[in-house]
Amino acid sequence: MKQRPSPYPYWFVLPAAVVFVTLFLVPTVASFWFSMTRWDLFTAEFIGWDNYRQFFKEPFLVQGLVNTLIYAFVTSATKSVLGLLLAVLLTSGILWQGFLRSVVFFPVLVSTIGVGITFQALMHPTKGVINLALSWVGIDGPSWLSDPGLALYSVAFIDLWKGVGLATLIYIAGLAAISPDYYEAARIDGATRIQQFWRVTLPLVRPATVTVITLSLIGGLRSFDIIWATTRGGPGFSSDVLASVIYKQYQAGFYGLATAGNVILFLLIAIIILPLTWWFSSREVDL
Amino acid sequence: MTRNSLSVRQRNTGLIATAAAAVIFITPFLYIFFMAMKTKKEAALFLFSWPREWHFWSNLTEVIMARNYMLLLAYMNSTLITVGAVTLLILFGAMVGYILQRRPSGWNRLIYAGVLVGLMVPPAVVPTIWVLQGLHLFKTLQGMVLIQVAYGLAFSVLLYRSFIATIPRDLDEAAIIDGAKPLQIFVKVILPLLRPVTVTLIVVQSIAIFNDFTNPLYYLPGKENVTVQLTLFNFQSQFQSQFNLLFMNILLVTIPPLIVFVFFNRQIVAGMTAGAVKG
Repeated sequence: MKQRPSPYPYWFVLPAAVVFVTLFLVPTVASFWFSMTRWDLFTAEFIGWDNYRQFFKEPFLVQGLVNTLIYAFVTSATKSVLGLLLAVLLTSGILWQGFLRSVVFFPVLVSTIGVGITFQALMHPTKGVINLALSWVGIDGPSWLSDPGLALYSVAFIDLWKGVGLATLIYIAGLAAISPDYYEAARIDGATRIQQFWRVTLPLVRPATVTVITLSLIGGLRSFDIIWATTRGGPGFSSDVLASVIYKQYQAGFYGLATAGNVILFLLIAIIILPLTWWFSSREVDL
Repeated sequence: MTRNSLSVRQRNTGLIATAAAAVIFITPFLYIFFMAMKTKKEAALFLFSWPREWHFWSNLTEVIMARNYMLLLAYMNSTLITVGAVTLLILFGAMVGYILQRRPSGWNRLIYAGVLVGLMVPPAVVPTIWVLQGLHLFKTLQGMVLIQVAYGLAFSVLLYRSFIATIPRDLDEAAIIDGAKPLQIFVKVILPLLRPVTVTLIVVQSIAIFNDFTNPLYYLPGKENVTVQLTLFNFQSQFQSQFNLLFMNILLVTIPPLIVFVFFNRQIVAGMTAGAVKG
């Protein structure tokens, strides 16, 4: 009983599968093994959990882990809140609405390295435009990128400036999907604009919120280039995150340790994103 | 929701917010532009000011000629990588999305799992270098192209899958009855219909790959393989005292996305919000 061959043959998947498996899946699976070795790319000597032990023992590596969490949380929270506010503003029929949308979104498309260098100049402690502007209103601006207690948050701000446009765009699409009937009904019931925002907009824009939070959390946890272009993890290790720690260990030739960092980053993303996705989908609103 | 229904106070809040947004988001770009035109001495002051003398051409030629025309080489390499990777991403992504949508089976779960992993999991960099070395692809443009394909596939597949779902199966059936082979159906019937989503993907993926810094940093070290973002990063330390040239370089890196944005605004928005409204 020979079946007619399907008009949708599986070999169509083959070229993509070969590239994806060899250059993405194989390294990912191999990373679990190499993270337990002392490794120089040619010979790998099994040393068990030593790399992980070292990772959680060295204070600067632990700080990288903590910084990653702070950075991801701060950027994700600010992007979702400001993104929604900007989206509401940019759908309310204000003057130059289309132009403003473009202005807010354009930084998303610009080179991260270019943005990093530009903000390095803007945030210069004595000559930078930001502190100059602050001095006009009598504020003594801080050393944004060279103060150990502030550097990580300054970089997070640059990330927010560059990335909030994407959150705004997603929220605008989400707002457009809300039927005007709901606002109509709310108005007839005498709801104020503030009440409409909390009772109609916020619950109904939820799918967009979920997307923005998930995307920006994953992006924040993996963040590397903006940090590398501005502070390189400094001063000291005060703005190091997992991705920059991995790169530094790689540069220093500690390939096993770098790979252990990679596995930790992978597990961290899984531990945060998977429960979050599950929690979001379990609270789906029915309409 | 129309402008007439806004009160004076709301109108004013809107205006203030608008002005603030414009200042915050436009100033850095004006700053880049002004800095790129200044003399070395004036640029070193870091001021946000109208250039006293305009040095567009001299700054431009100096940046281009720096380090033996490295920027030109970088543009060529970046273009080759982008064009090569985007071509493969379109072709491979469409083929996978097509099978995924048209032939439901147990394999689909596996493919979906792969897509999810590809979207979420950070690449294991050092083991990837190890694989590339084994294949003699480390430090080569071909290797870089394939890496970008591997990392960008998940997004392409998702976009194509949802677009192909809107193409009626009757078209395939008609072609099958006419005796078309599978490859013929795909190339002659399906591919031409994918134009809108393909344009979106070309634009979005080109910008992402052209702007990529991290992956060339790891997989493409070496002077002969520089990319646009790597040169900019390296110029940062070389032009420590020549900020006019550094900012001219930033300006040159910013212009390609600006041009693409002006012409393909709609497609970019479509690509960036794909799947946003419905999980």
